[in-house]
Amino acid sequence: MNQEKIKITAPFSKETAQNLRAGDQVLITGKIIAARDAAHKRLTETLARGEKLPVSLENAVIYYVGPTPARPNLPIGSAGPTTSGRMDAYTPAIIENCRISGMIGKGYRSQAVVDAMVKAQIPYLVSIGGAGALIARSIKSYTVLAYEDLGPEAVAVMEVVDFPAIVAIDSRGSNFYETGQAPYKEI
Amino acid sequence: MREIQAEHIAEAVKNLCIQACYHLPDDVYKAFVRLKETEKSPSGKLIFEDLIKNADIARQGEFPLCQDTGMTVLFVEIGQDVHINGSLEEALHEGVRRGYTEGYLRKSVVAEPLFERINTKDNTPAFIHYKITQGDRLTIRMAPKGAGSENKSMLKMLVPADGMEGVKKTVLEAVKLAGPNSCPPMVVGVGLGGTMEIAALNAKKACMRDVDSQNSDERYAKLEQELLELVNKTGIGPQGLGGSNTAVKVHVEWSPTHIACLPVAVNINCHAARHAEITL
Repeated sequence: MNQEKIKITAPFSKETAQNLRAGDQVLITGKIIAARDAAHKRLTETLARGEKLPVSLENAVIYYVGPTPARPNLPIGSAGPTTSGRMDAYTPAIIENCRISGMIGKGYRSQAVVDAMVKAQIPYLVSIGGAGALIARSIKSYTVLAYEDLGPEAVAVMEVVDFPAIVAIDSRGSNFYETGQAPYKEI
Repeated sequence: MREIQAEHIAEAVKNLCIQACYHLPDDVYKAFVRLKETEKSPSGKLIFEDLIKNADIARQGEFPLCQDTGMTVLFVEIGQDVHINGSLEEALHEGVRRGYTEGYLRKSVVAEPLFERINTKDNTPAFIHYKITQGDRLTIRMAPKGAGSENKSMLKMLVPADGMEGVKKTVLEAVKLAGPNSCPPMVVGVGLGGTMEIAALNAKKACMRDVDSQNSDERYAKLEQELLELVNKTGIGPQGLGGSNTAVKVHVEWSPTHIACLPVAVNINCHAARHAEITL
């Protein structure tokens, strides 16, 4: 992992998306979009019917998160990443149709997702699973945009400042899970 | 005969839910501090640092340790000389309802698994395992169980000839499949023997044990140590980003079994191996 933390802005510009490398540590400032399982299911069903999405995801950096409820006077509760693999069934369609600029979650992705990422030239980042309290401190606002009935699974926009993440798979398909584990793998 | 009020139980469960989701157990915290020093990977060391910071922030009571505050698993031991005034079952669910609402915890339970998956909005029902014991005490052990790790559970009905090698292979397979998804450094619970459901229950109990504990049978304690060394050779490491600590601990719980059976269940807990206990 590269020890120096790179400051980047979300949504990602084309240059940022292409220049991030697997193993880079980043601090993200800007706007990211929260959407997870149930929202992905609805979004792809809407796309499959040829209908307009309730919210534009063009250039969006999607964060797979379902936060705990915010206490009074706080923007959000605990808000770490959830398992990205559960979104794999929907992700290629989201990448192709919505032209998102990146994704943040935790865990491995399927080959179909990596292929779609390389084609669209976008990165997949991970933040520390189970560090929801630490991560929450970098989130300054949380505003539901669509599917309010889904509660913690609603689509929401989050303003973040120095949100910590690591590039797991870059736009060329290089995978930090593989290169990171290799030196310590004995069996 | 000792009397316990149902309301007293509901309040106790409420407090356990909040405590478990905001306070990393001391045994786990101490393990992080120790493993941060032994971890060989620089990124792994940083992750341990962040997990310690996360626990420190959560303890202040504003943000739970993790946004997945889980399904509520309760192991309830009821002394046979206890009499409960009111409904025990309802008190346990009510405690969860209050804990998850008043504690600002995420409600993550759907009422039915396949068709509509409607959220029950109060994290009930709790998943309760009862055991009748001697004496006049009531002990409740609570664990919020998140989906990232629960989804990586495994159950295999091995046969006796599979033996030790079969057990090790199964545990290793489960850990490799879990990878980063179960938020390593994980706690691996292994249930051996019994019937299919007893093996699964043993695995869950193993997950919930304090991480500074070991099996009371020295043969199984040695197996726990061997499995830990094996799991740590996978290189998966903290968060799956590589390192020498894939697991904090491996725990084994076992039961007698059939002459033709060797059930092996693996239940994985994330690094925030949340558990809390009270005796009334």
